[in-house]
Parts: sequence; structure tokens; C-alpha cells
Amino acid sequence: MASIARCLRAARPALKVPVSRVCSARAFSATTTCNDPPTDALRKYTKEHEWIDLSADLKTGVIGISEYAAKALGDVVFVELPEEGKRVQAGDAIGAVESVKSAADINAPVSCKITAVNMLLEEKPATINQVPEDDSHGGGWIAKVSVDEQGVKDLDKLMDEKAYEEFTATEEEH
Amino acid sequence: MRRALALAGRGPAHTATSSPAAVLARRSVSHITASNSQLTSTSTSTAKTTTAHFRPFIPSRRAAAPQVRHGSSSTPSESLSKTPLYDLHLAYGAKMVPFGGFHMPVQYESLSVGQSHTFTREHSSIFDVSHMVQRLFKGPGAAAFLQRITPSDLDNLPVFRSTLSTLLHANGSGGIVDDTIITRVLDGWFYVVTNAGCRAKDDAYFDTEVAKWNRDPSHAALPVEQSDQMSSRGLIALQGPDSQAILSFVLTEPIDLATLYFGHCLPAHVRLPAGDTCDVLISRGGYTGEDGFELSIPGDQAAAVTRALLDAGGPARVQLAGLGARDSLRLEAGMCLYGHDLDDATTPVEAGLGWIVPKARRGPDAGYYGAEVISRQLVPISKGGAGVTRRRVGLVVEGAPAREGAEIAAPGGGDKIGVVTSGCPSPTLGKNIAMGYVKEGMHKAGTEVDVLVRGRPRKAVVVKMPFVETKYYKGA
Repeated sequence: MASIARCLRAARPALKVPVSRVCSARAFSATTTCNDPPTDALRKYTKEHEWIDLSADLKTGVIGISEYAAKALGDVVFVELPEEGKRVQAGDAIGAVESVKSAADINAPVSCKITAVNMLLEEKPATINQVPEDDSHGGGWIAKVSVDEQGVKDLDKLMDEKAYEEFTATEEEH
Repeated sequence: MRRALALAGRGPAHTATSSPAAVLARRSVSHITASNSQLTSTSTSTAKTTTAHFRPFIPSRRAAAPQVRHGSSSTPSESLSKTPLYDLHLAYGAKMVPFGGFHMPVQYESLSVGQSHTFTREHSSIFDVSHMVQRLFKGPGAAAFLQRITPSDLDNLPVFRSTLSTLLHANGSGGIVDDTIITRVLDGWFYVVTNAGCRAKDDAYFDTEVAKWNRDPSHAALPVEQSDQMSSRGLIALQGPDSQAILSFVLTEPIDLATLYFGHCLPAHVRLPAGDTCDVLISRGGYTGEDGFELSIPGDQAAAVTRALLDAGGPARVQLAGLGARDSLRLEAGMCLYGHDLDDATTPVEAGLGWIVPKARRGPDAGYYGAEVISRQLVPISKGGAGVTRRRVGLVVEGAPAREGAEIAAPGGGDKIGVVTSGCPSPTLGKNIAMGYVKEGMHKAGTEVDVLVRGRPRKAVVVKMPFVETKYYKGA
């Protein structure tokens, strides 16, 4: 499983399709296979390295941290999950990801309400390193959210995948 | 970053295999040039680096984390110096960060910080600590001078023995200017290693204190001279259980490292890959809690010695390790990092370093800066002394790791009783460990407290340090 994750990571710079559409062949892929209907999810990134997938009807979304952030953090040993049911504004700290060397806040990419959190990360925080941008069962996503009008508006301020890649490339030069 | 050595233990006297003077006096003209330019370029850029630290992460995320502070790590990269191992770091895929005015490796691509940490405890690692400042004090008054600015007993420190000490403020407050390792390398010669982050402050401190000492007519027969003869040397630390075997392999003489104990040092020669040899000063000790050595090496040969050690051990037994692993290793070993766990307003007694003051110097008239304050603090209130109002303690924190700056409170929503000064998830223990200062009375092992992480109280308990048993080589 880890080796597949590594392959995906290595291929990432050339990856032009949204990660959510990539079939992540996993040990327990019986539940999440390539047969899943392709979502028309819209993936956007923040400058603070979170991603959000918004559903086609613009009502719900999934939040996580980017592969770039996961790699920079190193081995994740603890994830503080958001509080279920909480309403938050874009930019609010909703949780944290911690490695041996540092701690990073997880900020809400858009105004939203937390509807579910990824309990798997409590037991296996390292999932964040393996598949940080996988929003399926067994993936490293952080929370599921519902989004209102403001949340959809906030989305405009975020970067698409191409812009985010360019952004991280310039960050690395620093 | 600092390493700690305890007072020199017992053990047989060493037979010097090469003259220390020869080791120390060897400097080419190119060294002097390099040294001077280095000092010039760093003295300006590190003016306020006493709180310099690395807690590296992506800047924008880091800025958003309120409990994580930036030190001088935002120093523009142009003003940073390079250690003699800079090219070697890049060749081994180091991720470089600014630290103490230098480009320093935080980790290498072969291992994550956690893996590197564990590798050091199981095998061995080489750390570049050339950013630290290697000073030399010489002269008939050197011991007496150092006994004025530190609480150590240097008159009775044998040649080739080291001691952990603290430079103390001249105002008598007992506050720590920096922590340091002092080694007597000859009669009247003391090798003093201080922190990179305190370079500018320490330079000014020593300049002032040396001048003050030499100006005093009563010291006419006891002059002291600060020499920069060691300043261009490289410094590396070989740490971990395989260290002795690996180091033995590269030494030219059949030196029995089994008789070189913790806190001892000796000059030796290393066989380099190209066939020539190199003078090194070997000290047994380090900043990881493991057995290990620190090697002071002429700057232009530091990379070659490092390569010789890497070749000798091979990748299964020795790897390069960066500041990331160095920080978590020293924290598990309960050692202080200046600018975090120690500062100008903290005394050795508050910091739990009362043991660095030997019996002979425990009186108020011991003659070192701050002796009155420190001698009173050394005696608890219950025994008629002043004691201290706060103390450095170890903590094990449930749930979220507590980092520097996290508030410590009495349990159940009680008052603030202290603050965390260092903390991380311990790779060895699988628990969150931290050190910090708490009010006297709340410092005893087993005391339950709360630590506030991201505004929420987390249960924590005061524990004895070190968190992980140290494995210093002290002989039978």
C-alpha cells in the first residue's frame, strides 16, 4: 500500500487529472474501486495547503491537507480532528496535524459546517503521509462539511490544482 | 543547540598520543582568512539570535499556528554562513534551514526525522555541529578568569577533562548568558564551546569580561587571552551505540577507546580516504543521551573525516542526521536548549542544573558572578535558604503534543502555574514529552497538571528526566 502511495507521489508533478479521480488501488479497495461513479468534484487549494473537494451540487465538501504539506511535515504522529457539528468561517483553525518536528494548524478553506471527521486518523495518523489527498474510505481526508452560499463564494479565492502547483513551486525556492 | 556533559568521571589518566599543542596550533593561512570572513559575516546577522531556533515548516502554515514561534530563522539566506560540511549535506540530500546564522541540515532524504531519531538510538548518526562556536582561553589567569564567569571548579579540572557549565551575567543576577562545555586541553589552556545562536552576545560578553579582568591591577600576574585559534575548526558529533567501533576503525593509532570515558577527551589522528591523516580532538559525550563522541577537526578536513566515518560504518550502521533528530533526541535525554529551556533570566538552580556547581563553590563567597543568589537558591527554604520559586520539570502530556509556549495550569481549570519551553512526540516512547517551568511545589514527580494546547486543557503529569535512559560510557 505504501509503495503504491509512493508511486502516486512520484507521479504527482505530471498528474493533470484531479487526484480524486485517480483510482487509488488500496489493500481494502473492495469498498473504493475504480467502479465508483466518477465525481465531478471541484478541487481547490488554499495558500495554507488545505484542499477542498466540493460536490457538483455545491452543497457538501471534503477537506484535507495537500501532499506538499504532508511531505513537508514529515511523519505525522498525531491529528487533532475538527469538532463535529461546528460552524466555522474560512481561515478558522479547526484542527492540527503534528509530526515529531512540527505542528501545523488545519484551517477551514471556506465557511462551512463540519458534518463528519475521519476517525481513521486517530488510530492511523500516518495515513496522512500515505494518501493525504484521497477523499475516499481509507484515505487521508480530514473532514466532511456542508457548505452554504458564503462557502461557495469563499471558493473563488482559492487556487485550482495548476495554480497551487505553481504556488508550491515558488514556495520551494525560498 | 547544546550538548551536555556531566562533570568528568573517574578513570585512568590518558597517554597523549600526540601533542595537544600540535593539534591546536595547526592552522594554515587559508583557515585564518576563512575564519575572519566567517566571523564578520555572522556577527551582524546573528545579533538577535539568542532565541533563534528551528521549528521548520512551510512558512505560511507555520505562521498560522499560534503556539509555534519564529526565531531568526527568517534571516535572509544571503547573510547565512556555511559550515565546512555544506557541500556534503547537499550531496546527501539535506533539507537546509537557517539556524544560528548558518545553513544547517534539518534532515536528509534517506530518513524521516522519526526514522533518523530511532536510527541514532539503534546504530549511529553523524551530526554537523560546526555552527557552534569553538573558543580558546589561554594564560596564567585562564582558570581563575573562567571561575569568575562560571560556577565550575576549573583549578581542579584535569587536562583532557570536560565539564558542563554556564556563563553567568556580570550583574550578579545568576541569569545564564549561555551554556557551555569547558575542556582543559593544556595547563592554562581551556577549550570552550558555546552556542551558535548566542555568538554575538557571547562575543561581546567575553570581550568585555577579558578586558575587565586584564585591566584589574590585582590580575597583573594572571593575564588571560582569548584566541580564535579554534574558531575555524569543524565540529561533528558521532552518536549512538555503534560509535566506538566506527571511530576506532578510522584512527591511525591503536587507541583504546574503551578507556576514554564520558567527559574525557584526547587528541588523535584520523586516516582519510585519500591516504593522508588528520589531527582531531575527540571528546566522549554529546547531545543525544547515547554514547558517542564529538570531533573537533581542522575546517578544511572536516568533510573528509566525516566521509571516512561514513565509509567505515557503511549506511547500515551510520547515517547523517540533522537538527530535527538532534532536537527530539536531546529532549528525550532531558537536556536544555538555550533560548528555549534556558535564558538570561533563568538561574542554573531554577533550570535544575544545580549539580554543575561543585561542593567547593557552593558558598556565597565563591567568587563567581551570581554566587550570592545561586548559593542561597541551592539551599531550600525548609533548610533556611532562599530556594527557588519555579523549577524546570519534565512532563508527559496526554493527547496532543505540547510545544514551546503552551501554558501549564493546575488541573481542572486551575490557575496558570508555568509554561512549556520544549516539547514533541517522543519517537522512542510513543508519548508526548515536554519540559517547562512550574511553580515550586508543583514540581514533584507524579504531580498532575493541565497543559493548554490550542486553548484546550490536556492532562499531563510531572515526571523525572531524562525521559529515556541515558547510555553514557562511564566505565565500570
